[in-house]
Amino acid sequence: MIKVVFFAALREQLNCAGLELSADENTDSIAKIKQLLVEQNPNWQQTFSNASLLSAVNHEMVDGSHPVKSGDEVAFFPPVTGG
Amino acid sequence: MSISIQTQDFNLADEVAYLEQDNAIDGAVVTFTGRVRDNNLGLKVSGLYLEHYPGMTERSLEKILESAHSRWDIGRVRVIHRIGQLNLGEQIVFVGVTSKHRQDAFAAAEFIMDYLKVQAPFWKKELTEQGEKWLDARHSDTSKAQQWD
Repeated sequence: MIKVVFFAALREQLNCAGLELSADENTDSIAKIKQLLVEQNPNWQQTFSNASLLSAVNHEMVDGSHPVKSGDEVAFFPPVTGG
Repeated sequence: MSISIQTQDFNLADEVAYLEQDNAIDGAVVTFTGRVRDNNLGLKVSGLYLEHYPGMTERSLEKILESAHSRWDIGRVRVIHRIGQLNLGEQIVFVGVTSKHRQDAFAAAEFIMDYLKVQAPFWKKELTEQGEKWLDARHSDTSKAQQWD
């Protein structure tokens, strides 16, 4: 399984804090997970096509080509605004 | 180095005491405190709500502090970031750095704040006269952090 979590404005837009995906060839990169999430939830299309959306795998910021495997925690969130 | 993500407030004197106690090797102590201000982008602000990504926040701050230690000759570092509901004037963030000399302490403190703003997963929601609004990231914060590359 792959744990997927959403934060801040993204979580509110999706009305979802997170979900789990079975690991297979459709989930082996950040870009594919985004594609799969949009296929499963067509109304998420616009939110996930936002180029400024950030992603992390196991608490490390990564880009879309980053590999993902079973057991990983994948996070999607808007640009950060702390401080 | 010491990192705290907390809902409760912090006391500046206690944090300076932590940095200074039994630390006669460092003659410089630089501290920065960020507070909730009553305006942003022309709107009156009545408070803030701060969210973070537990686990990733601590890890990203550790990496930022390790990077500061590799760039400058610094001693103790203390970072506090508050989360949850914050009212006007309340303290949000604290960065304290000690060093033998002030240049390294000033530079490292600024570096840590600049990186924290673009790398650490915190998000601010403003409570304004027009309702609640998540803050957009600012390009100026990104370019400020890139100056250290």
